[in-house]
Amino acid sequence: MKSELRLDIRQRRPFALEAALQCRAGELLALLGPSGCGKSTLLRMIAGLQHAESGEISLNGTTWFDGVKRLKPQQRRIGYVPQHYGLFPHMSALDNVRAALHTLPKQEQMERATNWLEKVQLTPFTQRKPAELSGGQQQRVALARALASQPSILLLDEPFSALDSMTREGLYRILATLKSQLGIPMILVTHNLNEANLLADRIAVMGQGCILQEGAPSMVGLQPATRAVAALMGVRNILTSKVIRSQAGGSVLSLGDQELTLPFILPVGSTQHWCLPQNALSLAASQHEHTNLKGHISNLVRLGEQWLVSVNLPELTETIELQCSVTTPLAIHQPVDLILQTQKIHILEA
Amino acid sequence: MDWVALGLSLKLGVMTILVLVPLALLAARWLAYRQFTGKPVLEALLAVPLVLPPTVVGYYLLVGLGSQSWLGQWLMQWTGHLLVFHFSGLLIASIIVNIPFAVQPIQRGFESIPQEVRDAAACCGMSPLRSLLTVELPLAWPGIVTAMVLTFAHTLGEFGVVLMVGGSLPGETKTIAISIYDRVQAMDFDAAGSMSLMLLLFSIIVLALANSLSKRFGRRGNYHEI
Repeated sequence: MKSELRLDIRQRRPFALEAALQCRAGELLALLGPSGCGKSTLLRMIAGLQHAESGEISLNGTTWFDGVKRLKPQQRRIGYVPQHYGLFPHMSALDNVRAALHTLPKQEQMERATNWLEKVQLTPFTQRKPAELSGGQQQRVALARALASQPSILLLDEPFSALDSMTREGLYRILATLKSQLGIPMILVTHNLNEANLLADRIAVMGQGCILQEGAPSMVGLQPATRAVAALMGVRNILTSKVIRSQAGGSVLSLGDQELTLPFILPVGSTQHWCLPQNALSLAASQHEHTNLKGHISNLVRLGEQWLVSVNLPELTETIELQCSVTTPLAIHQPVDLILQTQKIHILEA
Repeated sequence: MDWVALGLSLKLGVMTILVLVPLALLAARWLAYRQFTGKPVLEALLAVPLVLPPTVVGYYLLVGLGSQSWLGQWLMQWTGHLLVFHFSGLLIASIIVNIPFAVQPIQRGFESIPQEVRDAAACCGMSPLRSLLTVELPLAWPGIVTAMVLTFAHTLGEFGVVLMVGGSLPGETKTIAISIYDRVQAMDFDAAGSMSLMLLLFSIIVLALANSLSKRFGRRGNYHEI
């Protein structure tokens, strides 16, 4: 039967946490947020390792938690991969996986554990202890152990954070393959935006103990709801401007001593927070005929094959950042023109 | 060589371990995993025998379990004999003075098991008992061995509290440490010397064995060495 996780919990102590979310079977939901925002606590609550003050957690209609009823982790059939994998250091890789199958006869334990270690490409290392395995191999043992008992949900708590990028890529592939085969809800806690974009079907952005925005990765990335979400999604240019007048089909905003016309109807006199996606911004040689804004370069940092250019606009405290090829001849204090594709500008909620 | 006294000391050491270590396991696990108000006070209370002169512990036990106390009288009615100047009284005294030597190393052993490992055991569907037997005890084993060695060695060498509670009754309360003292008082330095040498060698062998056993188990995991 296809399962669906439903969660709606609240707590005030030791820190405020309030969250409501759902995760369908076969779906990978990424909980994205900075350290200390409560995402790991939320995951532990789903696992039954700690409890909220009130609310409800259910899987496929079966209540796991409702404030009074509190099922233990042993009663929930959880596949859980903690941040540092939580492997049993005195057991071999095979015995670690078998530990999750302890209710089965020994022969079946061996067969299933061996099979799972084969699936995560660890057949040559079954007799090795965790200390004799690399970080990536330990992670795969933890994944095999979490999945061996055919869990009803898979919970991953920043499982890739301690790995190098090559190992991480390999594991992304394994997880993406397993995702299509498993057909269970999967929740990934991460603070890595790329990871969330790559693996998740949906992202829930968390901050200060609550869910700030939820949606498809592309939607959340391009249309962050608030300034906090935009910052978490790595949006660089978040600006604040006053709407000075409206005109046909648009509004005019003041930007330092310049004006910018946006194709949105916004209340005149209001202050708007808005963001400039990187693909909406380019640098033009000075005196370009379609120039939107004029400024000068305040800082120039070379990042590999790219310049990270900071542009100051007259009378504006915020700096606009963009990247361009190092082949472009640039110098600090050089006057530049910014071309903005104004239809790609996104207005944030107040 | 006072073989009776040596036998009594060994018996007292083994009995103390058999009674104290299982109780210490429960207490140490509870103290290692739980955070509660008053925990530092409780830990300090359990550590008191470390700093208190053994004669003070012995004095309170003598007074508390003696024939003049209500507890002593009640125990006399129940068991038919007084606990003081009897092996059972000696055992109780030995257990009390050894509490910190047993509890603290085991508590450190449990504390060294990462929370993630215990969480993983629970998420693997293991009951608390199964988790204790298959995950926690093997990982806390070096701490448990240390507790057993310290308790045994401390019991063998205990003098003040034994003398206060047990006196020096041959075969009943006269341990090897008391016997050495008796021999010195009687100016029998040959007997005192041979017993002391034997106790010294025995202590070294037990410590070496325990250390090697602990390291062998410690190598099974990542976390422990004593």
